[in-house]
Amino acid sequence: MKTESVLEKVLASGELAVTGECGPPRGALPDVVKEKAALLKGYVDAVNVTDNQTAMVRMSSFAASLFLRQMDLHPVFQMVTRDRNRLAMQSDIIGAYSHGINTMLCLSGDHPKFGDHAMAANVHDLDSLQLIQTVRGMRDEGCFQGGAEIKNPPKMFIGAAANPFADPFELRVSRLAKKVKAGVDFVQTQCIYNIDKFETWMEGVRERGLHEQVYIMAGITPMKSAGMARYMKNKVPGMDVPDELVKRMAGVPKDKQAQEGIDICVESIERLRQIEGVSGFHIMAIEWEEKVPEIVKRAGLHPRPKV
Amino acid sequence: MEQFEPTIVAFCCHYCAYTAADMAGSMRLEYPANVKVIRVPCSGKVDAIHIMKALEKGADGVLVAGCLEGDCHFKTGNVKALQRVTYLRPLLEEIGIEPERVQMVNMSAGMGNRFAQISTEFTEKIRELGPNPIKAGVSRLAAS
Amino acid sequence: MITAERKPLDEILESIDGCSRILLVGCNECVTVCAAGGRKEVALLASALQMASMKKGQALDVREITLERQCDPEYIEELTPHIDQVDAVVSMACGCGVQEVARRFKKTFVYPAVNTKFMGASEGPGIWAERCQGCGDCLLGLTGGICPIARCAKRLMNGPCGGSTNGKCEISDEVDCAWHLIWERMKELGIEDRYEDVISAKDWRTGRGSGPRKILRGDLQ
Repeated sequence: MKTESVLEKVLASGELAVTGECGPPRGALPDVVKEKAALLKGYVDAVNVTDNQTAMVRMSSFAASLFLRQMDLHPVFQMVTRDRNRLAMQSDIIGAYSHGINTMLCLSGDHPKFGDHAMAANVHDLDSLQLIQTVRGMRDEGCFQGGAEIKNPPKMFIGAAANPFADPFELRVSRLAKKVKAGVDFVQTQCIYNIDKFETWMEGVRERGLHEQVYIMAGITPMKSAGMARYMKNKVPGMDVPDELVKRMAGVPKDKQAQEGIDICVESIERLRQIEGVSGFHIMAIEWEEKVPEIVKRAGLHPRPKV
Repeated sequence: MEQFEPTIVAFCCHYCAYTAADMAGSMRLEYPANVKVIRVPCSGKVDAIHIMKALEKGADGVLVAGCLEGDCHFKTGNVKALQRVTYLRPLLEEIGIEPERVQMVNMSAGMGNRFAQISTEFTEKIRELGPNPIKAGVSRLAAS
Repeated sequence: MITAERKPLDEILESIDGCSRILLVGCNECVTVCAAGGRKEVALLASALQMASMKKGQALDVREITLERQCDPEYIEELTPHIDQVDAVVSMACGCGVQEVARRFKKTFVYPAVNTKFMGASEGPGIWAERCQGCGDCLLGLTGGICPIARCAKRLMNGPCGGSTNGKCEISDEVDCAWHLIWERMKELGIEDRYEDVISAKDWRTGRGSGPRKILRGDLQ
């Protein structure tokens, strides 16, 4: 075991791990964080806390993660390289660890153009791979990126995102290999709708033995409506939503679409758990956290193992 | 009140527009004397600065007349002329001169009628727009 | 070359408000190549400024001159005979040129007429694209001759990110994904195996990180 992370313990035990997601609010609203977190408690092993998602200013991932710690939940502290330089990032990492946060996700972040501060300077002092290397160095060598020794180095369980659906497809296995080389411990994929394509990616991953070097958690997002399915298909970069899925959602009356979305979600989990190399599920039910318990229970993943 | 007589400068390409103007003459077609024809080898020879200087010196309207699309004697001169006229328009707006005062037109050498018609219509359009807006300022300056 | 685009006319007019005689200075190098501040553009801007002033009933005398370059002191000297005869200098050179003219003629108001944009190259007639951000430690040898710092919207050194779609960047269909280009080039060069080499954290001191930079050549001083 590299860390004290509960997520690492569940993954290492061979049980399928489950993580959820909590997007912090666009204001100083601690109760919003606590309410979302409360819905997930007991149904997931850890909760991702996003970092200024879609380049919109929100309560910081660090601050929101602290509320989760206070509720005895285990945050996956997300950090994008877009907003901070390497001093600020390492500073936040040792700060977070000092508060008992031991799991994090290293990301580049959506371009500011998508958010509410398109005029901001895009930092990217490091990219996501260099951040992974940095955190790995802090943990395993006890040194800052600049070389100096860290007093009580942070033992972070290091995660990253993986997107089997972005272009170019032929690069996507290499991309995972690169992240493994940089030192990543686990990855969470972009939400999966095209399971065939995901299986193709997993074949490539297994061919190179990468599934034995990194824990792969399959991303799942339940669709609320046919409109949402269409939006994700057409407007979100790096997302692959097959036509059959949109048709299936549209083929059901509007008031039944949400339930259909949940059913599709549970069926997907069933199919995905059969794939060799899948170590768990990352359920991103954004602004729909109340559905996570149903999904987890129907997928046979409740109760969560005690580690 | 005296009717405003616009001064129109028409850059006409030798191969088509100028020949059409000539043809209008030999066909005894009437067109306004307001139009001053300047012969150029090709409408593509006309640069933004020529149009600007015409306006600066008091022209109320400027025509750039070239061959029909696809028929330019120099292949793409008329295409470039249109691009330049189009590109110049925002600068005219910035100065405070109506962009409609500058126009690109196309015709073939035999189109005497078209030359006469365009000249007449454009003169009327410019008459309606009124004098080049810089002239009022120039008069005030001269008076002060 | 360094690329630039002319400032909006009203911005230039505002800066010379109150002047009756200005010296409009062009540059025969970069800004000529990108059609922003060469001899032709000087003539055009002079005419535009004059007409705009005439329209307001104000007299404006614009003297036009185009120097070989405005970033070398020898050429700037050519302006000396004109300086005392004008109220202000308006330079159509890039930011480097404007500053050098201002540095030489400390008692003269020097205003920029263009917005300097980027270091770039011509992709075709009338198209210039950003190519270099002067990071000071060129890594083009590692990326098949395509710069991820200048051409990737997130300057990722280990891209592409998850937003790359059909070879285009997530920010726009009109922007190529630099890492897609790099990958394609690596394939053409037969060096795909190098893709998995992780490019480590960059030392920005060679670039903008360490403050304004200078190059000194003792043999040429």
